[in-house]
Amino acid sequence: MTERFDAIVIGAGHNGLVCATLLARKGQSVLLLEGKDEVGGAAITREFADGFRTSACAHYLYQLQPDVERATGLTLPACSEPLNTIVLASDGGHVTYRGDTVEGVSADDATEYRRFHRQTTRFARLLARHLNSSPPRLGGGGRRDTLKLLKLGFDVRRLGRSEMRELLRMIGMNIRDELVERFASPLLRGGLATDAVLGTHLGPRSPSSVLTYLYRLAGRNGETRRVVGGMGALARAMQVAATGAGVDVRTGVKVETIVVENGRVTGVRTSDGETIESYTVVSSADPKTTVLDLVGARHFETRFVHRVNNLRGQGNVAKLHLALDSLPTVPGLGPDGLANRLLVAPDDAYVERAFNPAKYGEYSTEPVMEISFETATDSSLAPSGKHVMSAVVQYAPYALKGGWTEEARDGFTRSALEVLGRYLPDLKDRIIGSELLTAVDLEGEFHMAGGHWHHVELAFDQFLFVRPVAGAAQYRMPLDGLWLCGAGAHPGGGISGAPGRNAANEILSRERFRWR
Amino acid sequence: MAVIEVPQGRLASPFHDRQVALDTLNRWHEWKGYTVPDALYDAEIEYFAIRNSAAVFDLSPMTKYRITGPDALAYIDRLVTRDMTKVAVGRVAYAVWCNDQGQVLDDGTIFHLRDGEYRLCSQERHLDWLVDAAIGFDVDIVDETAEVAALALQGPTSFSALSALGIDGIDELKPFQLMHVEVDGQPLTVSRTGFTGDLGYELWMRPDDATDWWDRLFAAGAPFGIRAIGGDALQLARIEAGFIQAEADFLPAKCTVRTGRTRSPFELDLGWLVHFTKPNFNGRRALADEMRTGSRWRLVRLDIDGNKPAHNAYIYARRRGNRKEIGFTTSATWSPICKQNIALGTVDARYGAPGDTLWVEIYYQREMHWSRMMAEARVVEGPFWSPTRRGATPPARC
Repeated sequence: MTERFDAIVIGAGHNGLVCATLLARKGQSVLLLEGKDEVGGAAITREFADGFRTSACAHYLYQLQPDVERATGLTLPACSEPLNTIVLASDGGHVTYRGDTVEGVSADDATEYRRFHRQTTRFARLLARHLNSSPPRLGGGGRRDTLKLLKLGFDVRRLGRSEMRELLRMIGMNIRDELVERFASPLLRGGLATDAVLGTHLGPRSPSSVLTYLYRLAGRNGETRRVVGGMGALARAMQVAATGAGVDVRTGVKVETIVVENGRVTGVRTSDGETIESYTVVSSADPKTTVLDLVGARHFETRFVHRVNNLRGQGNVAKLHLALDSLPTVPGLGPDGLANRLLVAPDDAYVERAFNPAKYGEYSTEPVMEISFETATDSSLAPSGKHVMSAVVQYAPYALKGGWTEEARDGFTRSALEVLGRYLPDLKDRIIGSELLTAVDLEGEFHMAGGHWHHVELAFDQFLFVRPVAGAAQYRMPLDGLWLCGAGAHPGGGISGAPGRNAANEILSRERFRWR
Repeated sequence: MAVIEVPQGRLASPFHDRQVALDTLNRWHEWKGYTVPDALYDAEIEYFAIRNSAAVFDLSPMTKYRITGPDALAYIDRLVTRDMTKVAVGRVAYAVWCNDQGQVLDDGTIFHLRDGEYRLCSQERHLDWLVDAAIGFDVDIVDETAEVAALALQGPTSFSALSALGIDGIDELKPFQLMHVEVDGQPLTVSRTGFTGDLGYELWMRPDDATDWWDRLFAAGAPFGIRAIGGDALQLARIEAGFIQAEADFLPAKCTVRTGRTRSPFELDLGWLVHFTKPNFNGRRALADEMRTGSRWRLVRLDIDGNKPAHNAYIYARRRGNRKEIGFTTSATWSPICKQNIALGTVDARYGAPGDTLWVEIYYQREMHWSRMMAEARVVEGPFWSPTRRGATPPARC
């Protein structure tokens, strides 16, 4: 007899886990299917060189929503204290910032930074309120949607006349214009510009880059930590919470098709040919994969498919993992300094120049980097005395001209190491193993179309009411019983749990969970 | 710098020279980029060729798309509201297709030419829509408007004319069926279809063979009163048949700007083409909603008192009292064969059920001065003119 569940969640990434847990905690029978042998999706710790393990995709935790922890009954694994962000300078004159304080810049810059931080966190808090619930439906929505929209307007108005003006002035801008107006320190500008564009196909001069900066802050005011045991430890804790809530978690089961009968979802078919029934199927895969591959275009409307097909979501980021014999030294930075979040972004113009080649399908020869010495928090990730470095290296476009051949990969790795050598001169001699994951690799390993962190580019035209596309912004797809709960849905990517939680709430309030 | 000559102006159909040779009026209009005759000698005489003998109309400018590939059927089935899985090879289906909101983009005929090979014929061009709709389907879509020449042969003697041409098996061809034949090495596809509501056929051929076929047809048809006709005569005939036409009786949804100017299939009396029994087609969700909440408009066929054609006329529910207009006529004519003053119109869906009486405000001019009359009109169900010979197989020889 075929199995039947109230809901089937596809993909045990952190959003899938959150969504499944919340549904189960409300009494639904929930099946969570993961194609890989381990849960976590992009929140995963795995070996990349003999005896060396690292967070293979996301490596810093800065967005997990406190209410998601509470609602899922999650016992958060041990984490580091909030980290400093250190923007590296080749001459040792690094700039360090955390919260509203910054060191290594002029007094004017420090004062201005405090003001900037106060203002942006205030805007980010406003944004966060709306990121943490499903966005209102525009036109044809009910009273609830109208109220939500009014609330957004009211929240903006409540900032007061001058702050509201500031928000409206800044929200569509590019971060570079704002930073250049405010700060003299190139390193500070470089660091903040990197915060804004990390993981996106945006340069600091691209519109929407203030929005992406606020999006980062909306997590936990920018507070960044590292998880002991790597990001996989968080996923495992979420799995424990899910199982505790009664979710049937099955790994190594790949969903081939979402079954549609008579215009509504009726279950899934796995790659083993097994059919599992459910009238509610929640996909944490990206919208394109969900619509075009898992369900099939023929079950949707033409324009809707067209919009989904045209979503922008090609990753522009690579991960570089290094196995190190011993810790390298950074001039001007003590050994403890390496435990912090390190950025290679000496100037906002440097970041923009790094972005330039990506526009034309080439990789940056002088890339921007966000570095994490994972072993600084957890020495168990490497053999005793040895270390692991994980770096987000951008830009490295998904659709590289000529493709990601061995030659291109070597070239990009060489560029990254050369740039690293300017700040960590003795790094090169300590490398005993390495791995490069381009957007194409990320796509292959983590099943996100285009290898994009956010699944769907985070920008104004793919944000809030129109994320991923108009007509499906409330997690509910225009096919009865089909829901989205991944990064491609509102509000977007990052280890926040917000899409999973919002989707679960929406599903619980709209779905009847009844067999017809 | 070399100046490239870009051909401008209207295109000529493959039958243009033959029509020019018969033309006595020099009255031409444009149809989707082609120049075509309003009439060649006299619209009324041409009209009577449709109803009394055999009329030849050049429909080469009709938009034609070839749809092939492994997913051709699935693709077309999703495109149109009609269940295309029931349309076997060798059959033709009248169909309507909608946008995501369930509003009609166009109507047309779909020819299941061979296994997995279809031709879609329509008034409007739709390549952009067809290509968008192909995302996720393994199909090839080719605009073959210029690669296929076509003639409509319509009227009571059309069957005899084709028989005389020596087309074997034509007597077995049922309405909405098609067949492939070959004469003197020239292939021809014959379908029993048309836009006149009468017995008739459409002939599809290679443009290079076009004039040969024309000559053959006119030679064989001479004893049967065959005549070339222009667009005016066809207009008359199609209104009598109750057929709607894009840009006359409805606007394709993509051509509208204002809300409420589009039409759903139900609002065009094409509900019989909407098959909710199939799992999905474009516009299904919206049309299912419309089934629940009701339509805004209704297409009506009106039999109007008097003999003044009700061109561009308002329609009222009542003659006196609260005389709010409820709609307007979209096509109107005096029908020579029915001896009726007929019109197609659009009215508020709350009015105009078959058998109802409505009022039409007709304006007409006499010696420059305008006059106005309120004419009583009855809502008629089905076509004004539908002779039994239209469906007879084999058709009578005459």
